[in-house]
Amino acid sequence: MKTFSIGGVHPSENKLSAGSPISVLDLPKQAIFPLAQHIGAPATAIVKRGDVVRVGTKIADATGPVSAAIYSSVSGKVSKIENVVDASGYAKPAIIIDVEGDEWEESIDRSAELKKDISLSAEEIIRKIKEAGIVGMGGACFPAHVKLMPPPGLKAEYLVINGVECEPYLTADHRLMLEKADEIMVGVSLLMKAIGVKEAFIGIENNKPDAIAIMSEKSKSYTGISIVPLKVQYPQGGEKQLIDAVLGRQLPPPPAIPIHVGAVVQNVGTAFAVYEAVQKNKPLFERVVTITGKALKSPSNYLVRMGTPMSQLIDAAGGLPEDTGKIIGGGPMMGKALVSTEIPITKGSSGVLLMTKKEAVRGEIMPCIRCAKCVGVCPMGLEPYLLSNLSAKSNWERVEKELVMTCIECGSCQYTCPSNRPLVDYIRLGKNVVGGIIRARNAKK
Amino acid sequence: MNLILIAVISLGVVALISAVVLYAASKKFAVYEDPRIAQVAEVLPQANCGGCGFPGCSGFAAACVKADSLEKLNCPVGGAPTMEQVAKILGKEATSAEPQVAVVRCNGSCENRPRITQYDGVKSCAIAHATYGGETACSYGCLGCGDCCTVCNFDAIRMNPETGLPEVDENKCTACGACVKACPRTIIELRPKGKRNRRMVVLCVNKDKGAVANKACKVSCIACGKCVKACPFEAIEINNNLAYIDPIKCKLCGKCEPECPKSAIQSFNFPPKKAKPTTEESTPAATTAPVAETSH
Repeated sequence: MKTFSIGGVHPSENKLSAGSPISVLDLPKQAIFPLAQHIGAPATAIVKRGDVVRVGTKIADATGPVSAAIYSSVSGKVSKIENVVDASGYAKPAIIIDVEGDEWEESIDRSAELKKDISLSAEEIIRKIKEAGIVGMGGACFPAHVKLMPPPGLKAEYLVINGVECEPYLTADHRLMLEKADEIMVGVSLLMKAIGVKEAFIGIENNKPDAIAIMSEKSKSYTGISIVPLKVQYPQGGEKQLIDAVLGRQLPPPPAIPIHVGAVVQNVGTAFAVYEAVQKNKPLFERVVTITGKALKSPSNYLVRMGTPMSQLIDAAGGLPEDTGKIIGGGPMMGKALVSTEIPITKGSSGVLLMTKKEAVRGEIMPCIRCAKCVGVCPMGLEPYLLSNLSAKSNWERVEKELVMTCIECGSCQYTCPSNRPLVDYIRLGKNVVGGIIRARNAKK
Repeated sequence: MNLILIAVISLGVVALISAVVLYAASKKFAVYEDPRIAQVAEVLPQANCGGCGFPGCSGFAAACVKADSLEKLNCPVGGAPTMEQVAKILGKEATSAEPQVAVVRCNGSCENRPRITQYDGVKSCAIAHATYGGETACSYGCLGCGDCCTVCNFDAIRMNPETGLPEVDENKCTACGACVKACPRTIIELRPKGKRNRRMVVLCVNKDKGAVANKACKVSCIACGKCVKACPFEAIEINNNLAYIDPIKCKLCGKCEPECPKSAIQSFNFPPKKAKPTTEESTPAATTAPVAETSH
């Protein structure tokens, strides 16, 4: 069975919520929409205090080419535009809406009927995806339309769809594939037309045999889509790893992007959002979120309107367990500890993980014993121990030479380190500093 | 006998040829270095701290020799006496830069700024800063991991375990600026030492709106503007919800300190105030202001 060629780890899967169907979470009393919830320039608010909005009303416009519009997920009145602490741990501008009723924009098709016919041209599809504010739903939140418009001279050959969900605990994509397989297939067909390719591969890890079965069955009635079962290995959901696993092509170090090896990668969640945006005229304002944790009463999957505070999601799943050590936004490997339960669900929130105190504790940092386990598991072929030591010593020139910018921050090295060394923390610091140096250098040119 | 002779002659020939080659090379590829650079480097403190903005003391010496005037060059460690010596060697005019000292502009001790979250990551301010706003509700203040102390070459800044804040030892601080660069939140500032080492500083860098800043910390600047009104010299300005005392305009009159409702303004090295001066004899606090002013 296929998988990527270098490194990788196999953390315990803990997919506690895999058997729980997607249920709809109640509307919040107040919805919070941070203006910066994607990679690129933060959106610009186009509503002001007191404005009345409906479900699907655009409340913030994209700023520049790499940015995404934000739509209201609720109907009500704009209460204020204020700085609110978001998942980054800093207070940033956000639009706050007091919810009144549930009135939708009339342009949105709310019927459950599957719309298979694709009548729009490639340009129109991309324009609609851009307009709907769709970003990569896997967690990185890169505006989706940018990937669909390759730089001049490069041509996509294949579309690779990420149904891997390699992060432990998370099951949002898994449930989506089980329950919305047809919609995803239409979404994939739309993406294929948008970039002009004839073949698409959906990579799914073999710990989800039910998803592989359903998706394979459905794919038969769509041309050019095939399912690729993959051997379970973290971080298979990384763009580069997925291309390696599915197509057997290796991506050179940055600034090379997937299109340089003829591939465009999108998540199954993104494909579903594309279906809803193009066929149903529904902009991106809700998503499937996994709420999970070992001490939680009922780990489950919810369809959540964006802007809903996480506390509501936690309450719906049985309330915050007393033994909670950390609240993680995302999965345990790449997720980030959150400072408050009032942080809103945004486009990139794939899950909320409540770690018990025992799980959350960080091991005592001990000296490096040169076992080179981190080197062995690094999926990018880097030397994490070296990068982290150089970063700790602020040797930025060497850090850059050792290709720190290639690191995808998957956390495999830190997971495997027997001395509990904070490798990723230092590498991330190195990436921040070197990234700044490179930007300054490019600005000078 | 013959063997010894051969050895001596052959080695002698090799030595001769080498000598000629080396001599020729030393003439042909000679790099002229101004002898004054070495002289200047000798009088510098050799701390190699980089506080002057050049790579080490020899780099600074080369810059001094090259420059037309010493106006913009200053060795913060050696200070005025060193710069005078440098000027003497080079025959240029010495310009005396005012001595400076590092000031930590945050007073958010554990008592003043309650902890609302717990950081258990790497003990490094740079990493903590990149991770989130910090353990308190103030995302501008000191993170307390001590990056400034690690970089100090002079043991002049140390963490106070009681307050969780770094403290500067004024006698040891050379104003090299290493801590200023190390602080990811630009809390540390180099300020002129001031007359008699007296300084008046706003010990806060919180740029949040008043209400938010007020909640986060007992001694935060809430940009109420009282100090601005109290200042007779227009030395205080409020930008981005934060008051800043311009050390050049400030005449150390001390009028702003009692005005601040949050005690964010603090004086350094002023004579201790006696409790509520009632009679004229016991008003040293009131008399300090004119004294400081006239001495200017």
